[in-house]
Amino acid sequence: MSGKGMNLTLKIWRQKDAKSKGKMETYKVNDISEHMSFLEMMDVLNEQLIAEGQEPVAFDHDCREGICGMCSMYINGEAHGPDRGVTTCQLHMRMFKDGDTITIEPFRAAAFPVIKDLVVDRTSFERIQQAGGYISVNTSGNTQDANAIPISKHAADEAMDAATCIGCGACVATCKNSSAMLFVGAKVSQYALLPQGQVEAADRVKNMVAQMDLEGFGNCTNTGACEVECPKGISLDNIARMNRELIKASI
Amino acid sequence: MSVLDSKVPEGPLKDKWTSYKDKINLVNPANKRLIDVIVVGTGLAGGSAAATLAELGYNVKAFAYQDSPRRAHSIAAQGGINAAKNYQGDGDSTYRLFYDTVKGGDYRSREANVYRLAEVSANIIDQCVAQGVPFARDYGGLLDNRSFGGVLVSRTFYAKGQTGQQLLLGAYSAMNRQIARGKIQMYNRHEMLDVVIVDGKARGIIARNLITGEIERHSAHAVVVASGGYGNVFFLSTNAMGSNVSAGWKIHKKGAFFANPCYTQIHPTCIPRSGDYQSKLTLMSESLRNDGRIWVPKNMEDVIAIREGRKKPTDLSEEERDYYLERRYPAFGNLVPRDVASRAAKERCDAGYGVNATGEAVYLDFASAIQRYGKEQAKIHGIANPSEAKIYELGQKIVEAKYGNLFQMYEKIVDENPYETPMMIYPAVHYTMGGVWVDYNLMTTVPGLYCIGEANFSDHGANRLGASALMQGLADGYFVLPYTIGDYLSDDIRTGKIPTDTPEFDAAEKEVKDRIDFFINNKGTKSVDYFHKKLGKVMWDKCGMSRNEQGLKEAMVEIKAIREEFWKEVSVPGGANEMNPELEKAGRVADFLELGELFAKDALTREESCGGHFREESAEESGPQKGEAKRNDKDFAFVSAWEYKGEPADAVLHKEELEFKDIELKQRSYK
Repeated sequence: MSGKGMNLTLKIWRQKDAKSKGKMETYKVNDISEHMSFLEMMDVLNEQLIAEGQEPVAFDHDCREGICGMCSMYINGEAHGPDRGVTTCQLHMRMFKDGDTITIEPFRAAAFPVIKDLVVDRTSFERIQQAGGYISVNTSGNTQDANAIPISKHAADEAMDAATCIGCGACVATCKNSSAMLFVGAKVSQYALLPQGQVEAADRVKNMVAQMDLEGFGNCTNTGACEVECPKGISLDNIARMNRELIKASI
Repeated sequence: MSVLDSKVPEGPLKDKWTSYKDKINLVNPANKRLIDVIVVGTGLAGGSAAATLAELGYNVKAFAYQDSPRRAHSIAAQGGINAAKNYQGDGDSTYRLFYDTVKGGDYRSREANVYRLAEVSANIIDQCVAQGVPFARDYGGLLDNRSFGGVLVSRTFYAKGQTGQQLLLGAYSAMNRQIARGKIQMYNRHEMLDVVIVDGKARGIIARNLITGEIERHSAHAVVVASGGYGNVFFLSTNAMGSNVSAGWKIHKKGAFFANPCYTQIHPTCIPRSGDYQSKLTLMSESLRNDGRIWVPKNMEDVIAIREGRKKPTDLSEEERDYYLERRYPAFGNLVPRDVASRAAKERCDAGYGVNATGEAVYLDFASAIQRYGKEQAKIHGIANPSEAKIYELGQKIVEAKYGNLFQMYEKIVDENPYETPMMIYPAVHYTMGGVWVDYNLMTTVPGLYCIGEANFSDHGANRLGASALMQGLADGYFVLPYTIGDYLSDDIRTGKIPTDTPEFDAAEKEVKDRIDFFINNKGTKSVDYFHKKLGKVMWDKCGMSRNEQGLKEAMVEIKAIREEFWKEVSVPGGANEMNPELEKAGRVADFLELGELFAKDALTREESCGGHFREESAEESGPQKGEAKRNDKDFAFVSAWEYKGEPADAVLHKEELEFKDIELKQRSYK
């Protein structure tokens, strides 16, 4: 690694807490290996800041393998940065080159207020799920045998594709309207595609959409940006399906 | 007579759980409303327990350090979940799942707990399907299965390579239903920093609000710790960055015995490390060993040529490759259990056959699976004399359908296409079988204090089989704890709300605040990560895949020295009353620095090899098993449960003798 890594300029959003005003600050990091993940580069910056007696940059992260949905960051104007099909923790420095300036901001949306630096509050997503993102079956284990209802492989696979949403909020951060329709559409679709989800289908979609509106998320104007930035490739079809379900539930 | 009472019910193994459930005390629904239960951690065990307890009628308070229960590290489990459904008609049964699990754990788990686990496994699948978990299905619409290491049947249910995610989202949905009803109060971004004991019973916790820094008191009639494993004591592991031992360690310091800390699972198929900046390691699911073949070059010249970039792995002919698992273990081949596969990789790499620059990597190769599936598909599609290219194309599609997300993950990290060139893998710390000692009721040695999931010790012995962690987490949370806790709480129906303005809460809170003040005010010169990395290196070098007396003794001395330096030199920037990730880490690493020493002491005490614990002094010296682990049932068929006495080196050992009435102890052979 010695001397062969990249030297980078980082412009990072710093904000003490929800009440304070934030601003962009500039930092330099040197000798960054192309094999590092983006968050490992942030670790290097933070170790440097600690050594200099400054406060490190707060950012959300946990599994660092692209599945927990905790990491966020708006990097050079894109949710989860320039690569496709990855979260920030899976983004690698080989996507950047020596001398680059990288701009790092939090996910921005009225429904995602900043907590500190790059950390945002996504509990609005929690409340949408609580409004109906479940099947009301008790947890006794005394349900019918798992193979009692055959489900076509096609429907099961499609439900699985919808269910892979990690709830990171990149769709919201990317959307010019801060719409949460891809997130809500994915959850509604998972259940709508399965026989187990039919019983409560109408109430579910109505309640989840009502909560989504209440949280202050915007509407969908079909730009498709959410699908492009989604690290899990959740399809726009899920929004169409949610709208169908909503119409079905309303008549 | 040991102070440990496992409370295993009398009677034949297969009837124990059923007849026990028939006899234990219940709490009537009206009284459940008067009882509060705290659940710490919201992974598969904690999430399913919180949902079920709330549904039964208890008032639940659930705590997660993440911003949502859905982010607990169970979410990252890839391969699958075992259940004795015998849907494939390949001879599976409750007994066989029990037998495989006890044998896989190298006869160091508690027989009755494991049988119960196997018994409730089938209910888990029923439950999850009812919740809308989209398990993989075959074309007839029924559930599909795959095979995992250490077994001869296909009993693993899966949802692509994201089974943990789907199961956790199922438990999370059950939680959400109860949060909406007000039966679960969810405390996201909160960390438990101590347990409060009143009159010898667990009656609450002290937690820190990670956004405001506020220290909070929460009371309850019982406390359930479901905080996961402690693999991060090694610094590098497949655990999430925030995974920690603190909840388990705090309760240990307040009286809960800690069992078998040295039982660690080093998972054979992880992406090798690439540099000093590495923050974590990424697992490649064991399910890949269904179709991938593991090898290194047979000849040293080829190893060197590959390392120097003069040859590619695909240049080597079949004769030039050493499929060492197939060679050494013909019966199980690439599907030997994890501990065996890891040690075999280490053996080859130690002998100099590692295939990357660090010498710590072996190949996991899908070329023959692609060929096999391609030919099968050609036949299904009626293509006579298919070209090599066509076979490859058809085969690749099948491999992609099965493991696509894993291959994509590999490519994003390593920047190589695993369809075209074999993956490089190396063992990494993954799971900890050891944990807080619990009885048959999953209660610790402190009354009213329970421990479930990976955080406890009970079901996997010295080695966990693949796809069994998800099974245990959900079994504990959905189907075991909600019954057994009722037996205890039935005495508490007249207790009333537990007050928090008592001397016990005062004392616990003071202890927590003093420690935070120390970190914030200490004028140290080194970051928390500096100490964590230093600890991790000692753990990996001396308490890793193989251990010896001298190394373990050195480890104890070295860890103690790092701990002493930590308390002098640690530097924590920022304040106490704000979001402060460095402060959170400091508290966790302080606990790892104590656990690490107990870990080494436990490994030193266990002078045998069993499961993931390989003592170099205890290996077979001759015969067909030469070099394999040598267990010592005569002297070590017990659980080591450690009692806290201040310094980790002073911990007192209590033994729970393990009895095997329904299983004959044998050497674990996978040859």
